[in-house]
Amino acid sequence: MTSRYTRRELMVVAAAREIRDHEVVFVGMRLPLLGFGLAKATHAPDAIGLFENGVIRDRPAEAFIYTMGDPPNIVGAVACLGLVDVMSLLQQGRVDVGFIGGAEVDPLGNLNTTRTSSSGALTRLPGSGGAGDIASLAGRTVLIMEHEPRRFRERVDYVTSPGHFPGRRRGGPATLITTLGVFDLSTRRVRAASLHPGVTPQQVREATGFPVTIEDHTPATAIPTADELAYIRHADPDGFWTGDSMKTG
Amino acid sequence: MPAPESPSVPVKLKRSLREAIAEQVHDGDAIALGLALESGIPFAAVHEIIRQQLIAAWVGNVAGGSGYGFRRAYEQGQPRRIVMEDHSNFSVGLALKAAAMGLPYLPTFTGIGGDIVRGHPRIRPIGDPFGGPDLLAVGALRPDVAIIHVQRADAQGNAHLWGNLGLTVEAAYAARRTIVICEEVVPEAVIRSDPNRTMIPGFLVSAVVEEPGGALPSSVQGYWRRDFEPFLAYHRTSRTLEGLQSWLREWVLDLPDRPAYLQHLGEAALARLRVSDRRPAAEANFAP
Repeated sequence: MTSRYTRRELMVVAAAREIRDHEVVFVGMRLPLLGFGLAKATHAPDAIGLFENGVIRDRPAEAFIYTMGDPPNIVGAVACLGLVDVMSLLQQGRVDVGFIGGAEVDPLGNLNTTRTSSSGALTRLPGSGGAGDIASLAGRTVLIMEHEPRRFRERVDYVTSPGHFPGRRRGGPATLITTLGVFDLSTRRVRAASLHPGVTPQQVREATGFPVTIEDHTPATAIPTADELAYIRHADPDGFWTGDSMKTG
Repeated sequence: MPAPESPSVPVKLKRSLREAIAEQVHDGDAIALGLALESGIPFAAVHEIIRQQLIAAWVGNVAGGSGYGFRRAYEQGQPRRIVMEDHSNFSVGLALKAAAMGLPYLPTFTGIGGDIVRGHPRIRPIGDPFGGPDLLAVGALRPDVAIIHVQRADAQGNAHLWGNLGLTVEAAYAARRTIVICEEVVPEAVIRSDPNRTMIPGFLVSAVVEEPGGALPSSVQGYWRRDFEPFLAYHRTSRTLEGLQSWLREWVLDLPDRPAYLQHLGEAALARLRVSDRRPAAEANFAP
């Protein structure tokens, strides 16, 4: 029997599957908070999570959190350090994978969260936070985005978080998880690895402002298992992060 | 923790929040705050700065949320034009760390290949004197004032802080003056019982303010949970300039001080937010 699940629950599951066991993970905000916990609860029990506010955890928070600084994310942590400490580990090359999001993305995996004029008028966005650092220094990065034409640009207005560029020391964008599918960015062109159930290649092409390779045999994104859904609904009981109106499955 | 007795030690540095802001924060100052990221944001101090109508040249809020008020100021110059110096969290951390270390800059690899560092007033390309790959130099950033919210401090400003630290320590070391706002002023014996938890030594501190709940609606580990609703309400109401102004009147301008803010929040909200559970750390034996 297939459980009903939301698009965002599917994205959390896809994010979790990007984490391998024993990896050191630079955990971002929002969906990756849940993705890290889910990976720990399933296939990656020995993953370690770093948070840019200085927290190091080897097990997920025991209660729901909105931000990495919420008290349940401190309780039971293995260490509470400073930002420069965890960023130093990142710079040193100790972090295998980091999660980032953005308002705009381009085919090289450049992310913009600083400013854009795509709508005609200047719009100021929140800025880098830790995203530019994770993009620069992690062993590989996983990008998480809303899949809309205005966000998928041939060239972003401003590169807050650098993607692939000549002379990069390490890392770079590996995977892009969107509301429509999972895309491989490691080859410096955008190739669909899977489309979410019910999503057509045409839908993806219309929502993407640059060429995207979708092969005939591109599979559907594996749907969440009952155990995965049980974890997500335990960690996000009110669906704050994962609720949406697009019930599928 | 139960309310402490008033300490009998001399209170050389102890001030009300109003006095501390009036004495330590001046027009044109560069102020560093919100340094632990999402927790311990000294909102009471920010409200007092607004009430005293001070104009900060540079407010280092590294969280940099895309607030509507901030966007109106940046995009339309309303109510006044602001200038941004964009950073990543690591680069602003290194700028503070360089100042804290007494260095003109620190080298880093972060930001290479991106637009933040392009033409940046404080970040320049630099070669490696040992023959390695090129780096970026992040120039020192010395705030005039750092405002820090901690759990407890003694009257000399020696401050115990636990939980995530963010850039709190770097900012306190880098700043010309540091205001420590605490949940409780405690006897110095409490601080000296656990010197590893002293994140800011008192000789760096210019003023100590006892202001319980001074970081609300942000959290303070062991004292206050995060109050989510005000963040959402502010986001909704600040969509328009009129909305922002009415929010400012209700929560800042028409209230004299933080105790009045807590009263306005109401006892039911305070009871929900106040931490009464106990999860104490294990004892560390410092016996010689």
